[in-house]
Amino acid sequence: MAGAEGDDSLYPIAVLIDELRNEDVQLRLNSIKKLSTIALALGVERTRTELLPFLTDTIYDEDEVLLALAEQLGSFTVLVGGPEYVHCLLPPLESLATVEETVVRDKAVESLRKISQEHSPVDLEVHFEPLVKRLACGDWFTSRTSACGLFSVCYPRVSSTVKAEIRQHFRTLCSDDTPMVRRAAASKLGEFAKVLELDYVKSDIIPLFTALASDEQDSVRLLAVEACVSIATLLPQEDLEALVMPTLRQAAEDKSWRVRYMVADKFSELQKAVGPEITKNDLVPAFQNLLKDCEAEVRAAAANKVKEFCENLPEDSRETIIMTHVLPCVKELVSDTNQHVKSALASVIMGLSTILGKDNTVEHLLPLFLAQLKDECPEVRLNIISNLDCVNEVIGIRQLSQSLLPAIVELAEDAKWRVRLAIIEYMPLLAGQLGVEFFDEKLNSLCMAWLVDHVYAIREAATCNLMKLVEKFGAEWAQNTIVPKVLSMSNDPNYLHRMTTLFCINALSEVCGQEITTKHMLPVVLKMASDQVANVRFNVAKCLQKIGPVLDSSALQAEVKPVLEILATDQDMDVKYFAQEAISVLTLA
Amino acid sequence: YIGAGGGANDVQWCFSQVKGAIDDDVAEADIISTVEFNHSGELLATGDKGGRVVIFQQDTENKSLPQCRSEYNVYSTFQSHEPEFDYLKSLEIEEKINKIRWLPQKNAAQFLLSTNDKTIKLWKISERDKRPEGYNLKEEDGRCRDSTTITTLRVPVFRPMDLMVEASPRRVFANAHTYHINSISVNSDNETYLSADDLRVNLWHLEITDRSFNIVDIKPANMEELTEVITAAEFHPHQCNTFVYSSSKGTIRMCDMRASALCDKHSKLFEEPEDPSNRSFFSEIISSISDVKFSHSGRYMMTRDYLSVKIWDLNMENRPVETYQVHEYLRSKLCSLYENDCIFDKFECCWNGNDSVVMTGSYNNFFRMLERTQRRDITLEASRESSKARQVLKPRRVCAGGKRKKDEISVDSLDFNKKILHTAWHPQENIIAVATTNNLYIFQEKVN
Repeated sequence: MAGAEGDDSLYPIAVLIDELRNEDVQLRLNSIKKLSTIALALGVERTRTELLPFLTDTIYDEDEVLLALAEQLGSFTVLVGGPEYVHCLLPPLESLATVEETVVRDKAVESLRKISQEHSPVDLEVHFEPLVKRLACGDWFTSRTSACGLFSVCYPRVSSTVKAEIRQHFRTLCSDDTPMVRRAAASKLGEFAKVLELDYVKSDIIPLFTALASDEQDSVRLLAVEACVSIATLLPQEDLEALVMPTLRQAAEDKSWRVRYMVADKFSELQKAVGPEITKNDLVPAFQNLLKDCEAEVRAAAANKVKEFCENLPEDSRETIIMTHVLPCVKELVSDTNQHVKSALASVIMGLSTILGKDNTVEHLLPLFLAQLKDECPEVRLNIISNLDCVNEVIGIRQLSQSLLPAIVELAEDAKWRVRLAIIEYMPLLAGQLGVEFFDEKLNSLCMAWLVDHVYAIREAATCNLMKLVEKFGAEWAQNTIVPKVLSMSNDPNYLHRMTTLFCINALSEVCGQEITTKHMLPVVLKMASDQVANVRFNVAKCLQKIGPVLDSSALQAEVKPVLEILATDQDMDVKYFAQEAISVLTLA
Repeated sequence: YIGAGGGANDVQWCFSQVKGAIDDDVAEADIISTVEFNHSGELLATGDKGGRVVIFQQDTENKSLPQCRSEYNVYSTFQSHEPEFDYLKSLEIEEKINKIRWLPQKNAAQFLLSTNDKTIKLWKISERDKRPEGYNLKEEDGRCRDSTTITTLRVPVFRPMDLMVEASPRRVFANAHTYHINSISVNSDNETYLSADDLRVNLWHLEITDRSFNIVDIKPANMEELTEVITAAEFHPHQCNTFVYSSSKGTIRMCDMRASALCDKHSKLFEEPEDPSNRSFFSEIISSISDVKFSHSGRYMMTRDYLSVKIWDLNMENRPVETYQVHEYLRSKLCSLYENDCIFDKFECCWNGNDSVVMTGSYNNFFRMLERTQRRDITLEASRESSKARQVLKPRRVCAGGKRKKDEISVDSLDFNKKILHTAWHPQENIIAVATTNNLYIFQEKVN
């Protein structure tokens, strides 16, 4: 290396190493994030013998530092000398896998899983598997929870004796004293089942699954529902009835609403996993019960799944099942007492029309849509309106337009600005569905009214909406319907409204094109340069900068440049600043 | 020795230690506001009005000597809460620690929740016995080294150092309570806990600070219709779905979180019909429950109201299975206790390790032990006078009226400024911690 006079190239690395123990967390974090640089400079040997032992002991640090460290170590294999030495990374990750912060532990486990793949089969048994055992038998539940995530990565690659030990450890953790560990085991049950031989799935996993699914803690039971999906996928159809269904039936009727909620939440996955026959016989009644559950959270979760559940029903009996079993429950939910249930339903109910076809939609669904469009809760109405496109494809939107309009108008004038904001966002979609005539007749005035809303967010959304409408209906429509109204606002006594004109021009100039911009918009902007309010004047400068690229060079030179030059000498410093910026951006200097 | 009044399983209690300043001038900030053993009993935490938490550790060196096993030494002291000001409501928020609850141990570190009126904090108490040594660009004492002379890189090394105990705040659970928090309780699922204020109970996840779920809300739409407030709440020690909350009207409601997300309908209501002959102006005030505690077994719960301790079997709602008078002699003094506000004192209560004895405080620095199977009780006193090492505590008696016998104390000479509100019992052993105003007394079973 270097001679006695020192080596300049070492200096930056020396700083990084020293900052590993700086008092400032941010500096420590920076250093940890550049750990690979440090390791590279130290070389593989010193990284193994000096850096890693140091890192193994740094577990007292802040969570964010530990998190970054856990992540770094996952891709450190090359830096310690390749797969041959990858086991050197185990001690620091092992200590990180026992800290109390879940995020850090999870990241350490993730890195351990990653580097497990870089272990040779021999190293896996000599180094990695003993670590898993140590964690699994640890005194504290933090280490035992971490172990749960590691079984599935080593199981496929070890000898059958070790496999038997791993299964035993997993069994033990499934009946751990602390609910934390049982939860961790339950959440990894499906993943572990996937790597097990089918016979062991039946002999080992099923009893564990049944036990966890009837755990005294509902926080454990609800995780078994998730495992149910993976286990059902692994088993042959003929075993499902005996091995999985009793547990699933029990979960769907669990005393705890949180478990039933989980069943409702995972319903589509469960449906796919158990197949069409069981769906018809078991899941349909279960789904009906969930839709009628006494707890609103459960009903809302089930309502969210209505469309997906119906879509995935076997084709031969789909319509019958929907009409006789699902739809009656859905009808009740439309007038549910809880608004979250109603709005969950409203967000998916329109999707049923494509499944049921035109006649059924008109006869059975349309009344429900109309009822929801009149719902007292704005969110319900919004959710219906935001999904209009599904219905449009099946029956055309005209069937709805009579009820749609009052609903839109009411939302457009809602006292809550967030509701108004939400409906504005659907305007371009509605305009596309309803067509230009209907729009001009009924909705145009609403769109213009939003431009003078007293909430800035609404005015801003309204300008953006205008731009999208012009994209849909074209420049000519813009010139005839909206541009005159926008420009007339430039004479409004309220300076906020005058500024809205400028914001609209910013948004519209490009979609309207050069001719309209030059002929109609530019003169108005230029006139506003002498506005008495400085905010308007500097927005003129910003506006000119924005529309400049749309204009031709003669208009820029002859009209824009003189005005900007005047503004550049304005007494207000912001006006000056933005005028100068516009001049330089448009290269008019 | 079989004392006339007997004692808990004929345990003789003797003095072990007293913590805190001796002088009579008590600084407000030093007043102890909560006492709590951790799950192993190895640590004992106190909170005070100054927002500090002091943690004592059982003396490990002498632990094998039975007569010394109750010696606790200061392990860590930290400022948990600071006084704050709510500018929106123009309210001062006191730093006083209302409750401390230990979390089950999850790794080598210890964790506890502490709360004042508004904000709950999760603290980590950890030990450090190594520190890194060795810099490249400076000496260990901070002097800079000439950076041009670096010829080789040094990686710092951890070296042993004197044990250091650190307390660091890990989570702050704020902005969820409009009223004053009176209770916190960790769930047996080890991942959630509840916090209760006068009108609401919230459920938190220990790792999530930005949201909590409201599980009980008794706030009437019109505050003028308010007739009762929540006074305490606790989770069942084993059933993660069950919790109870007590009210100022003397009732306890048990809720099942499995039934619905909002527990506004209780599953059980524990209430004893009022004895009409005892009704007075003070009936409602003295029936207000100041503390509720499940037994370790989970079969019973104990409630403390102003004059009594009641033990309820969870399977029987209409009356308590046991009722103990704590200081019945005060019934005739309620008028003056009302005038000096003592009637609003919130006495807490606790179970011993095997649920056979309960303990609660009283006035004049007296505290009471009530033995369940023998229906015997004893009154003891925490005082400087009997604070010689291993000195046996003599039972005290209060003369309720009539002729005062020798060694009895008359009701009129009780000092109502000396009150024991907070007590704690070691989860396994006969070691108790009793907080007088600003002193913490530790007593233990006499070992021969």
